Amino acid sequence: MENFEQKFDETIRRGLEIVKETEEDRLMTLSVGPQHPGSGHFRFTIKVDGDYIVYCDPDPGYVHRGEEKMCEYRNFIQNIPHLERPVIHDSTNITYSYSLAVEELTNIKVPLRGQYIRALASELNRQVYTLYWLGIYGIFLGHSTMFMWPLGDRELFIDLLEALTGARVTHAFNIPGGVRNDMPEGFKDRCLRQVAYFEKRLVEYEDIFYNNPLFRQRTEGVGILTKEDAIKLGVTGSVLRASGIPFDVRKAEPYDVYDEIDFKIQYMKTGDSYARSMVPLLDMKESCHIIRELLDKMPQSGEVRAKLQPNPKGPAGESYKRVESGRGALGYYIVSDGTPKPYRVKLSVGSFRNMLALPFLLVGSKLADMPSIYWSLNYWPVEADR
Amino acid sequence: MSSNQSNTQNGSEQKKNVTDSTQTSLSKKTEITIPEFEGSIVNQLVTKFTDKIVQVVYVRPGRTKILVPPNEIVQVATFIRDTLGFDHAESVSGTDYPKDNQIEVIYHLSSYSDEKLSSHVLALSTRVDRNDSRMPTLIDIFKSAEYHERETFEMLGVYFEGHPRNERFLLPEDWADIPPLRKEFRIKGR
Repeated sequence: MENFEQKFDETIRRGLEIVKETEEDRLMTLSVGPQHPGSGHFRFTIKVDGDYIVYCDPDPGYVHRGEEKMCEYRNFIQNIPHLERPVIHDSTNITYSYSLAVEELTNIKVPLRGQYIRALASELNRQVYTLYWLGIYGIFLGHSTMFMWPLGDRELFIDLLEALTGARVTHAFNIPGGVRNDMPEGFKDRCLRQVAYFEKRLVEYEDIFYNNPLFRQRTEGVGILTKEDAIKLGVTGSVLRASGIPFDVRKAEPYDVYDEIDFKIQYMKTGDSYARSMVPLLDMKESCHIIRELLDKMPQSGEVRAKLQPNPKGPAGESYKRVESGRGALGYYIVSDGTPKPYRVKLSVGSFRNMLALPFLLVGSKLADMPSIYWSLNYWPVEADR
Repeated sequence: MSSNQSNTQNGSEQKKNVTDSTQTSLSKKTEITIPEFEGSIVNQLVTKFTDKIVQVVYVRPGRTKILVPPNEIVQVATFIRDTLGFDHAESVSGTDYPKDNQIEVIYHLSSYSDEKLSSHVLALSTRVDRNDSRMPTLIDIFKSAEYHERETFEMLGVYFEGHPRNERFLLPEDWADIPPLRKEFRIKGR
């Protein structure tokens, strides 16, 4: 307890004061990003004392679009296409909790087949996002094969989603009331073939990347986040599960059909960068299993979406709904005043919540460990900025 | 002193407003059965702080929303963390209500350490005066609210007393307009 308070105070609250108290002329200031290819559209300032980072200050906002304000000008349906912009690689999941919240506000019931297709699209999109993240993680640790392989395999999942939704990346597939369209013919077999192929590939990923001694040296024991600290920082997703807390919204608060699916929460106990990069891989494996089960249990025919009125609206009220996205719990808090336009929309996104762990873990570690810690946080700058 | 006075006035106004709305919601609640577990959370809060301080706004399965005056929020939040077991803030958001001349600040609290609470999100909300929007910070109780409160400060102009960095976060450093999530801020061309 004492330890955490002290570390939090030194790394996040009073970082700069403490740095100033010590001999500042010893330190060198580095600005990482926003143009730096290793940080995405995100900037953080670090001060190094020799090889060690003594101060880190995140400065997000370079891709802030004002999504929350934009929502107040459009009606519930018009909001879908722009809400998926923050994470175009995970666009089905970011509109998922929005749809759930709007359904609660407007009392729309989703047909069973629609719920299954929605969950299926969400799992496929999780693979797309995680593969993209893995590719970037690989290249910034200097492993160019790990850049090519996941991005190549990601194309196959994108092709599947293209067949299902009609668009390659930004699908706008989830809508309040279900999904836009039914599955095309022969989609089930195509999906099963792809999953069988991908499961074999995951074993190869482990061989070439995760069991690579260089990768293990750079990540094992680096940036350890203990269980207690993870709880207090309120991190989510793979960062949380890597620290030994089996929390997954799909299990904790099952939405749609997830309570009928039999799957395990993947977690590790070490809390270092290795665990944080391993958990998404385990998630992908489990996701393959979920895709199979969804296809198996899905009703063979039926409606995929509820019939909507032209301008859906419900009584005044509010709703907070969350789903498990590629980066952890993704919640929407929507206030409605009874009109077709939302009065207030708030996105609670995993990246923004995990940002607190960045200065907490970076301060005190070596500069060379910065990429492996930063990318293991599964941080997506555009999502954090909204 | 002046800020103190306005705070207490604001607090008493709030209580009046809320009792009206809670009475209606309470009468609704007798029709809809409250889930047992959520009911026990509400009971603990109301017996500890009396319904003058803690107003229950709504109870749904897995969701509870309470409203407290800004000057009592620290002790209620401490009780929520230490006794009820909610250990982190998922989000902090603000909603502007120009008609009531108030801004509502909502903390969505959830729990990782207690498995029974994992499906539950407790919304702790308070209403501050729009012209003098100040409230005590909760970052010492929920460390996870650190950046969320900073965002709420710049987006709605709510000053968190005790927060070390009430400053720009997502907006440009030279932002000179009013906080953008206030209702009078209009997007150009709309």
